[in-house]
Amino acid sequence: MSRIYLFKRFERFWHWAQAALILTMMLTGFEIHGAYTLLGFETAVSTHTTTAWALIGLWAFAIFWHFTTGEWKQYIPSDKPGRIFAMAKFYAWGVFSGDPHPYKATPERKHNPLQRLTYLGIKLAVNPLIWITGLLYLFYNSWGGVLAGADLQVVAVLHTVGAFLMLAFLVAHLYLITMGETLFAQLKAMITGWEEVKE
Amino acid sequence: MYGKARGEPLWRPAALPAAMVALAFALASPVPSNAAGLTASEASEAKASSSTTDHSKLEALDKDFQTGPEVTKACLTCHTEAADQIHKTKHWTWEFVSPETGQRLGKRNIINNFCVAVSSNEPRCTSCHIGYGWKDGNFDFASKENVDCLVCHDTTGSYKKFPTGAGHPNYASKEWPPKSGKMRPPVDLKKVAQNVGPTSRQTCGACHFYGGGGNAVKHGDIDSSLGKPDKDLDVHMDAEGLDFACSTCHRTDAHAIQGSRYTTVAADTDGMVVPGKGNDERATCRSCHGERPMKDEKLNDHTDVVACQTCHIPAFARGGIATKMWWDWSKAGRKIDGKPVVKNGKGEVVHSIKKGQFAWAENVVPQYRWFNGEIAYTELGDRVDPENGVEINSFGGSADDGRSRIWPFKVFKGIQPYDAGADILAVPHLFGKDPDAYWKSFDWNRALSAGMQSVGYTYSGELGFIESEMSWPITHMVASKDDAIACDGCHAREGRLKDVAGIYMPGRDSLKPVDLAGWALVSLVLAGILIHGVVRVFSAIKRS
Repeated sequence: MSRIYLFKRFERFWHWAQAALILTMMLTGFEIHGAYTLLGFETAVSTHTTTAWALIGLWAFAIFWHFTTGEWKQYIPSDKPGRIFAMAKFYAWGVFSGDPHPYKATPERKHNPLQRLTYLGIKLAVNPLIWITGLLYLFYNSWGGVLAGADLQVVAVLHTVGAFLMLAFLVAHLYLITMGETLFAQLKAMITGWEEVKE
Repeated sequence: MYGKARGEPLWRPAALPAAMVALAFALASPVPSNAAGLTASEASEAKASSSTTDHSKLEALDKDFQTGPEVTKACLTCHTEAADQIHKTKHWTWEFVSPETGQRLGKRNIINNFCVAVSSNEPRCTSCHIGYGWKDGNFDFASKENVDCLVCHDTTGSYKKFPTGAGHPNYASKEWPPKSGKMRPPVDLKKVAQNVGPTSRQTCGACHFYGGGGNAVKHGDIDSSLGKPDKDLDVHMDAEGLDFACSTCHRTDAHAIQGSRYTTVAADTDGMVVPGKGNDERATCRSCHGERPMKDEKLNDHTDVVACQTCHIPAFARGGIATKMWWDWSKAGRKIDGKPVVKNGKGEVVHSIKKGQFAWAENVVPQYRWFNGEIAYTELGDRVDPENGVEINSFGGSADDGRSRIWPFKVFKGIQPYDAGADILAVPHLFGKDPDAYWKSFDWNRALSAGMQSVGYTYSGELGFIESEMSWPITHMVASKDDAIACDGCHAREGRLKDVAGIYMPGRDSLKPVDLAGWALVSLVLAGILIHGVVRVFSAIKRS
């Protein structure tokens, strides 16, 4: 067994802060959507708005960090489709028969090919969808001439679509992180930064 | 609060509560309340006497007046244009031609579902006319001396028009209610005339609190509780606080009063009233508070959709007095268990031989609709459909017209007589000593025949009863801001605005297919995980 330092301090802070903010936004967001009553509409809205701004702030730092450190390259899809296929096969089959994990993480390539694809999709599709519709939603009354005639319903429905996609991702993510070397290896790595790998 | 005796629901002595309030003031303990050492009552008198004229010093008023018109003549010796000004107002003409619909409205012309119509019932109805002697169709609307100055400018609380006196107070002691043994003392016209002053909640309320035939009957947001309201009941009229008179908002110019039930300003986009701006209409919230008066900008974002009243008047009939919500004329003409008048446990009249069946309610949550200020009435002669009932008035407005706001309404329903042969609403002759009057003979056919004749119609002879609905925009009884409706009053699946169409409201609305697809996706992922996890566990056990 050896240890590699996978997730740097800021990266871990970013991940967990983002996790907390997104969970809060989901909880309040679905309440605003009328799915249940928890904090009350008013508190849900103010919490949702505050956490939205916090997340935007966090993102500004994270984007800066990704570009200055070159970490953005972690999300470039794998150049070999076969490797993506191998990952899918492992999840669908290999994991049941005790096959070894087909992917070895390194600090340069810390995500497996499927992760890369998924995170890239989240960053390029789901997040922009949520953010753009969210900001339009927030500043609905200031659209003025720019978007006059556009319907709040369109914005709200697209925002909801984004939220459902994010929720589906979150659920899958929580399960998939148990499929590292050991059940909690990936969780531990995101907490301590260190991942234990077999020689 | 229900314990307050409503008493006889018929035309209540108009200024009684005003007198009670005045009495309460008079009895207030004379403790010096300010640096000048004035008692509270002295201070309020001092305030009232900011006028440059002390009317008690005027020779013209130092007379033992015998009748109201005599007083008016004296008033007009100084206030030379006052009668001409009054003659131009709705208070005098009871007539109003809608500039939008062209309909000839006003009390004199419309048919409602309370006491239905004025014509042929004048001496009773006109006890709230701003004049003297309108007892039938021959009233002289050009008469100056028949303008009643005192009913609006009395400050003593002792001036009361007699309920059946066609606008006159009683000049001799007279029994009221009939056969009650209670005597109403004659009015001291000299004292009233020498103490005239600005209008007040009491003077306006002497009629407007009692619209529809009794306290709190008609409006829902205007009743005698506004005589001396606290801050909870009305934040502006709060007697211990801002103490607004009606005329603080309903300002006048040449005796014409701002604000209208016929041409309501539904969406005031002119902003705050300041000198030189042109529009000095003060009877809207925004004319003082502006377009975005709240500290929270998200709340301000609502003002292009929602009327101020919708959030700030959480309920009407909030002053401890129930308002009438239902009036079934078809049940009139009969006694119940031998009793002509039946009250419920709260003292509210629920049946009367003269008027039929009633229902009352307190703290009523309004109904909400789009409203752009356009009001159309079902006029006499308009065909009505007995199957669907009749809307006495209907309100224009929609989400898309750019000039509507969501408004609160009192919706008053009832059943009233109509001419079933002609399918038109009917004017019943209710009040009078003649045998055609319904309240004499209890014969609808005679009453409708006489009533319709008074407005130039011939009654077909076929009596019918039709369901009717009349709506009243709610704008008084403004709660303090802490009691305004919170967000989830409306932003909820089953909130107050659940039936208001044309807008997307977070918390209320969603696109069902998207929700279904969304939850289906999440469930599928979850199911996949569960199956995968179970297989993983079993295969791991098997391997070990």
